[in-house]
Amino acid sequence: MTPPLLTLTGLTKSYPGVVANEDVSLTIARGEVHALLGENGAGKSTLVKMIYGLVTPDAGQMVLNGKAFSPDKPSTARTAGIAMVFQHFSLFGALSVAENIALGMENPPKMRALAQQISKVSDQFGLPLDPSRIVGDLSAGERQRVEIIRCLLQDPKLLIMDEPTSVLTPQEVDILFETLRKLRDAGTSILYISHKLEEIRALCDTATVLRRGKNVGTCVPRDTSARDMAELMVGTRLHDPERRDRPKGATVLDVTNLSAASHSAFGTSLKNVSLSVCKGEILGIGGVAGNGQDELLAALSGEIRTKRGMISLDGRDVGHLPPTSRRALGTLSAPEERLGHAAAPDMSLMENAFLSAATRKALTSLGFANWGKTRGYADEIIARFDVRTPNNQVAARALSGGNLQKFVVGREILQDPDVLVVNQPTWGVDASAAAAIRQALLDMADAGKAVVVISQDLDELLEITDRFCALNEGRLSASVPTTELSVEKIGLMLGGAHDLETANV
Amino acid sequence: MYKLEKRPNPSNLWAYLTPFLALIATMIAGGIMFWMLGKPPVDAIRTIFWDPLFNEQFAAYSRPQLLVKAAPLILIAIGLSIGFKAGVWNIGAEGQYVIGALCGAAVALAVYPLEAWWIFPAMVTAGAVGGFMWGMIPAILKIKLGTNEILVSLMLVYVALELLSSMSVGVLRNPDGNGFPGSRNLQQYASAHNAEIWQGSSVHWGVVAAFSAVVLAYVLMSKHRLGFQIKLAGAAPKAARFAGVNPHVITAVCLGISGALAGMAGMFEVAGPAGQVSIDFASGYGFTAIIVAFLGRLNPWGILAAGLLMSLTYIGGELAQFIIGLPASAISAFQGMLLFFLLAGELLVNYRIRRAAPRTVKEAA
Repeated sequence: MTPPLLTLTGLTKSYPGVVANEDVSLTIARGEVHALLGENGAGKSTLVKMIYGLVTPDAGQMVLNGKAFSPDKPSTARTAGIAMVFQHFSLFGALSVAENIALGMENPPKMRALAQQISKVSDQFGLPLDPSRIVGDLSAGERQRVEIIRCLLQDPKLLIMDEPTSVLTPQEVDILFETLRKLRDAGTSILYISHKLEEIRALCDTATVLRRGKNVGTCVPRDTSARDMAELMVGTRLHDPERRDRPKGATVLDVTNLSAASHSAFGTSLKNVSLSVCKGEILGIGGVAGNGQDELLAALSGEIRTKRGMISLDGRDVGHLPPTSRRALGTLSAPEERLGHAAAPDMSLMENAFLSAATRKALTSLGFANWGKTRGYADEIIARFDVRTPNNQVAARALSGGNLQKFVVGREILQDPDVLVVNQPTWGVDASAAAAIRQALLDMADAGKAVVVISQDLDELLEITDRFCALNEGRLSASVPTTELSVEKIGLMLGGAHDLETANV
Repeated sequence: MYKLEKRPNPSNLWAYLTPFLALIATMIAGGIMFWMLGKPPVDAIRTIFWDPLFNEQFAAYSRPQLLVKAAPLILIAIGLSIGFKAGVWNIGAEGQYVIGALCGAAVALAVYPLEAWWIFPAMVTAGAVGGFMWGMIPAILKIKLGTNEILVSLMLVYVALELLSSMSVGVLRNPDGNGFPGSRNLQQYASAHNAEIWQGSSVHWGVVAAFSAVVLAYVLMSKHRLGFQIKLAGAAPKAARFAGVNPHVITAVCLGISGALAGMAGMFEVAGPAGQVSIDFASGYGFTAIIVAFLGRLNPWGILAAGLLMSLTYIGGELAQFIIGLPASAISAFQGMLLFFLLAGELLVNYRIRRAAPRTVKEAA
């Protein structure tokens, strides 16, 4: 048997107050796809940052190709043959593909030679990409290809991919997996970070599971059920959200031909969006990020004001009203970006509870804040949604992503809205917290409220929604009952083939 | 090897400790500077911080002066701090101060020599309105055209200074002044004089206004919804929009409040300690107040303390010039050090210094 490519022994890294990694050991063989699984805050990022030279371990050894390896900066790691594709791309929208790739190189070749290399690598690994295109015009999937090709040009021995599929359509995921398999067959090892268990089962040869910074087990994903892996990750048994048949009531939220420009220069404007939601119904809106999701939520929450007659709530025209008035009338929302949009990072949970609940929970009198009552409300959210925090005076940024998400969603649900709009309610949230949030959304519908779930997680939409529509370049497809859908059909809807009948042929 | 690490929660301990550490560090660094200038460092520091309050010879004069100098600093800094919390950077308080003084004085000079109870309140109102309007110029330009309020408000200081010169040799000049520049002396005009409220205390109406502003700002920022919205707009603009805060309103409110308070400060000064509109009326209070606002950590009570401290370094600095012959620029450098060390210490509130762990991993051969 050939010696392993990379061996980690007893890696430990602690930050003040937390041990991010404790005595983690794992082995990556040559030419294998190795999954790194774990909840948020389990220490996956810290571990790969140590391998990539962004973080120095407190203790432990790494051995690469039989030699001791301790990168002090990413360029050392790159020289040693390690490449990484980050979850968030670092590309310049105004430059071409080739120019972006040249920017990341130590000694870039002439542009024409580089373009040839790019074309060669993209052919070889089945990643269609034109080197002369401007990155700003590319889809998320194509942008990711730029990042992957940038890595492949270094001819890496180990490619690290951090949650690569979170921004892709199912078809794009298939293309990516094909590429990764080709790479593996060519002898490159891949360290694949994800919490999507089905993907890991489809792609990976070995999986290492981290929980609270420790390696809690290794398994062969093909032979292990997704449920078993999830339970290994969480450490407890999982409960599937319960879904009950419920009667559909009258239409509450009605959106007609909504067109609105985005706040941001790089945003997507909404074009002729029409939708309606009834009491006791969950409407799912799928779509790849950046196709107008943020704008749709902003238009429904009142952050973007629309012309009259476009949005009505219980028959009342509300499109021109600001967020505070919409809240008073019963429309609440939870935006995707937790830190900075749904919550102010440097403010305490108490202040963040006040942020959106001041009006509906009557936390003010004559304009003066009632901090005692606000504290009580924050504590109620913390208790009811199992937010793990020492107290309500902790800054929002100190909470882990999943905990903060529970707080943000809980803050809106406990205000008892008539219509709740959430964008990416479980993005980056660990399995048990995600299940709790989905259950809370289902409970709301059971109680006769209208819920709009905007999400890129198709499994989530299939699991909890009653009707589904797809958002593509700011246009919304007609809705389809979720029970009549499969992941493949959804994928086609997301790609813009709105007419399912044609797409089915 | 040492490195900085972001704290998960801002440290309360350091938030209270840094102003004191900054003060001590300033004394040490300033002492070294004085020593290098060939002056006795300990004497110099004592003259600046101790003598104005406790020296038998000078304290009787300089102790009341403390409030006279601190009042405009505190009044202006309170206004600025509200804007700074919201991320609205009014750097032009000096201009608003001058315009407030011109408007306040103009009211008095227009009705001179009439004596009536309403003249002084009218002057206060005119001062506040003048400063408010001058502050609204950068606000409206920012809202309508997206200009940068830092540049516009700062440039307007120079416009205000030109107006001041023109007024003191033109419209507002004392007709009985034998052609000398400068207006009538308001100290000799009973209805307009911002006089001491109690004999010998040197507490004038500006001091009362400054203390009231401290209390009102505290109530606004920590108890009222508007204060919360102002803080939110500064801390997380997107979250503020989500919460329903209109950023334009916040811009206008912040520049309006800080302009009005600076204008009032100018009016109290021209009707009291300064006495008249003159070419050299502007003395830099509007700029020093920026330091005071930060020295007080943008907290009203902190600003109260910082204003008194800054005023002490002014008075002590003058004493040190007079007694030990320290150059005026050395005093300015000394005050600059205070801000420098404070901002450096600020880092410790949000970051901690840690020794990088000894490397247990051997370098590859």
